[in-house]
Amino acid sequence: MRFVVRRLGFFVLTLWAALTLNFFIPRFMPGSPVQALRVRTRNQLSPEKLQQLLTAFGFKPHQNVFFQYFDYLGNMVTGHWGISIGATLGEPVRTLIAQALPWTIGLVGIATIIGFVLGSLVGVVAGWKRGGKIDSLLPPVFVVTSALPYFWVGLLLILVFSVWTNGWLPSDFNYDPDLLPEFSGPFVANVVRHGILPAATIVITSVGGWVLTMRNNMITTLAEDYVRMGRAKGLSNRRIMVDYAARNAMLPNLSGFAMSLGFVISGSILVEYVFNYPGLGYLLYNAVQNTDYPLMQALFMLFTVAVLVALLICDFAIAWLDPRSRAKA
Amino acid sequence: MTALLVDTSTAATAQPDAVRRRGGGLLRAVLSSKKAVVGLVLFLVFCVFAIDPGLFTTVDRPNELAFDPSLAPSSQHLLGTTALGQDIWAQLVFSTRQSLVIALVAGFFATVLSVLVGVTAAYLGGITDDVLSLITNVFLVLPTFPLIIILATYAGKGTLLVVLIVLVVTGWSYGANQMRAQTLSLRNRDFLESARVRGERRSYIIVVEVLPTMTSLIVANFLGAALYSVLTAAGLQFLGLGDPNSSSWGTMLYWSQNQQALQTGMPLWSIAPGLCVALLGVSFALINYAFDEISNPALRPVRRRRAKRSRA
Amino acid sequence: MPSDRVLDVRGLTVEYGTDAGAVVAVDNVDLHVGPGEFVGVVGESGCGKSTLLFAIARLLSPPAAITAGTVDFRGDNLAAMSEKELNVLRWRDLSVVMQSAMNALNPVKSIGAQFRDTLVAHGNAKAEIANRSVEVLKLVGIDPIHLRSYPHQLSGGMRQRAMIAMALLFTPELVIMDEPTSALDVVAQRSLMVQIKELQERLGFAVLFVTHDMSLVSHFSDRLVVMYAGQVVESGPTRTVFDQPAHPYSRGLLDAFPSIRGPRLHLTGIPGRPPELRNPPSGCRFHPRCPVEMGHCKAIAPDLYPVGTSHARCLQHVPAADTAAVMP
Repeated sequence: MRFVVRRLGFFVLTLWAALTLNFFIPRFMPGSPVQALRVRTRNQLSPEKLQQLLTAFGFKPHQNVFFQYFDYLGNMVTGHWGISIGATLGEPVRTLIAQALPWTIGLVGIATIIGFVLGSLVGVVAGWKRGGKIDSLLPPVFVVTSALPYFWVGLLLILVFSVWTNGWLPSDFNYDPDLLPEFSGPFVANVVRHGILPAATIVITSVGGWVLTMRNNMITTLAEDYVRMGRAKGLSNRRIMVDYAARNAMLPNLSGFAMSLGFVISGSILVEYVFNYPGLGYLLYNAVQNTDYPLMQALFMLFTVAVLVALLICDFAIAWLDPRSRAKA
Repeated sequence: MTALLVDTSTAATAQPDAVRRRGGGLLRAVLSSKKAVVGLVLFLVFCVFAIDPGLFTTVDRPNELAFDPSLAPSSQHLLGTTALGQDIWAQLVFSTRQSLVIALVAGFFATVLSVLVGVTAAYLGGITDDVLSLITNVFLVLPTFPLIIILATYAGKGTLLVVLIVLVVTGWSYGANQMRAQTLSLRNRDFLESARVRGERRSYIIVVEVLPTMTSLIVANFLGAALYSVLTAAGLQFLGLGDPNSSSWGTMLYWSQNQQALQTGMPLWSIAPGLCVALLGVSFALINYAFDEISNPALRPVRRRRAKRSRA
Repeated sequence: MPSDRVLDVRGLTVEYGTDAGAVVAVDNVDLHVGPGEFVGVVGESGCGKSTLLFAIARLLSPPAAITAGTVDFRGDNLAAMSEKELNVLRWRDLSVVMQSAMNALNPVKSIGAQFRDTLVAHGNAKAEIANRSVEVLKLVGIDPIHLRSYPHQLSGGMRQRAMIAMALLFTPELVIMDEPTSALDVVAQRSLMVQIKELQERLGFAVLFVTHDMSLVSHFSDRLVVMYAGQVVESGPTRTVFDQPAHPYSRGLLDAFPSIRGPRLHLTGIPGRPPELRNPPSGCRFHPRCPVEMGHCKAIAPDLYPVGTSHARCLQHVPAADTAAVMP
């Protein structure tokens, strides 16, 4: 129980830190975003809407900073995220995010999990078969792939599989613009086709890291006495590999997975940009291009929440898998 | 009882010995690893590009629109020209400097910061540790790229300095955790205890006794931070958040994307700068991986030659 | 070949393949254990005793490998068997107890689960598994409720005993122990040894016990084997080796321990350090540290010569008949 409380406490604390950062940064940076806001919307929004916007943004210039701050916190947490002031002027931020969210979760979420699972499995086998051909060839390959920039891999894939093949695999968007979204076979197939290249980009760049860390963990674990004991007890190779080695080697990997999510998210922003994929990353990019502060703020909070939730899930998974961590808390 | 049988003279001097021996042995170990050599060579090539770009191209001002646009590769323009009339190869070579500077400077400061925070937190313990660890973990978890993007935007689409500051601020936390973990494991070792008993100041102990034993970790950290900086800076510039008039690979990518290089049959304009970013990053990763193998012998490639079995 | 022996090792050689060439960690070792016997193997760190143990149990990992010799266990040569064949008799007939239970027990599985997996692997039914697990824990004096506990939840001494309980699941003929008391304090050491001896007398298994603590093991062992630099330098009944050590090294080991009742003597250790196995000294490997080095010891490598009821690898004991062949 104390364990749960501690993790939740950390969650809340970090979220608070993120929101506070988001609140204070514009106030300390040169130039006034509020001015920009005013200028941008002068002819398009009524004074009341403008006021609403400023409030959502946390700016009640005549109000005490602390009140603004608490107003802002309250708004953020309850979903009052204001109105977009960018290219999609007037649209509630909530709607924009709701439209983009499923695409990012679908593409980035699934691709990341594929990368992690695939990478871990390959890593387990590579670590187990030390000294084999696999082990001497693969690691350098994966060292290289894990250092490649996301966007470059995306560009390369577009070049090879889209431009050079005259559009065999689509390089833009999440589905053909002339199709209507529906739950039908052809539509779903179309969505999948559009998702192949971006997903491949994410998997190619992230899988290497997982393979390497899992392999290294396996090698260290295989040197442990309890693995030798497993052999001494006459257990089958498979059982030793799974129950004694992998189950222990996997633990540091899981915590690494959560920590790396921040990096995965940054990669996803670039991937969505390269492929014009209308997910949250693409939304953030557009928000930045158009200095759409309300949208940027809400997205930043969302990204933070996503990482924290994933961390929480991983923490609980580790607690479930590793009896020692339950005791430590 | 059995201590009398074991020569204890080795134990006490083991630490300093190990450090001293590592100096020379380290270089040799690095050179013997193929991966490290490849990485080092790549890195040195880039260094040469950065130090004297003039050696590799006759063009003086690569960003000047001096040539015919969209030319294919030829002996005059090794990689062709951009849609705006710039020599791609020249741009590439001149851009090396900025990317290298970013990688090394941001990497260096991020490492310094992570060593400071990590070692202090572990060595001082108590509330200092709790507070510093909390700060580290919060920074670790904050999604850095969105943060960077937002910071860069608010700061008015960053100059180099802004990019550097932002990279350091977001890149130190990972290393800090590692440093802290390592320092914690060293904290109660005998050689530190003896320094304490001798009455040495804490700062002395940290700098002279603790840090040298963590050299390989610090170097690995630096390489990781450098890699992170290269990729992130390129990503930022690619999105258009850097200085669009500067000379850097990321900016080249920005312009090539802007001008639809892939679709209009000028793939080199996009692929080449990206390849450079990739190669520089790969060089850091290779050296880093070789370091891993050196400090953890268990990870080294297993020699195939085994002892031959003879019939008794 | 005497068929009453549980374990008969002949000419066992183990080499490590390194970048600089093969290093011989165990050099042509002969060893035997009779039914119900307690044999102690003593030596400094790095003398090859643990490697010997793991080689016998076929638990070596690359780059170490057995390059010569036979390991006869109740008629089967373990050194020549495949993993599949080994798995049948592993644990059932031959089990292992390691130095640190914290490292030897799988941290993510409960004690009961770790008993269960080997019981299942050897084809036991569910009911038998439950009963047997409870039985062995009771044997070592641990409350069976701890079948549900994880290794980190037990105290150090309990963990060690749980490991011993696990080793006795199938009441094997031979239990190999690698310094199981080294990680414990003196009091716990002794109580563990007493318990092992009791169990041995009750269940009749043989024990091959490796340690650097000669004084501890000699209270409990039937025979002692002393190792140095990968070779057996002395072996014989415990009493004989203890009272009249035939090899200068064994004597040095024993002289290092003060007798609690004897006169206050000046303690002598053995000067110098154990040799690098990569490049062992020529001739007798102990000659650089030997107080009675005779001049030709650096040129001639001694065999194991009989000395009364024991054997010693020392040129002092060359049998009269062979003197001419051996001396310069």
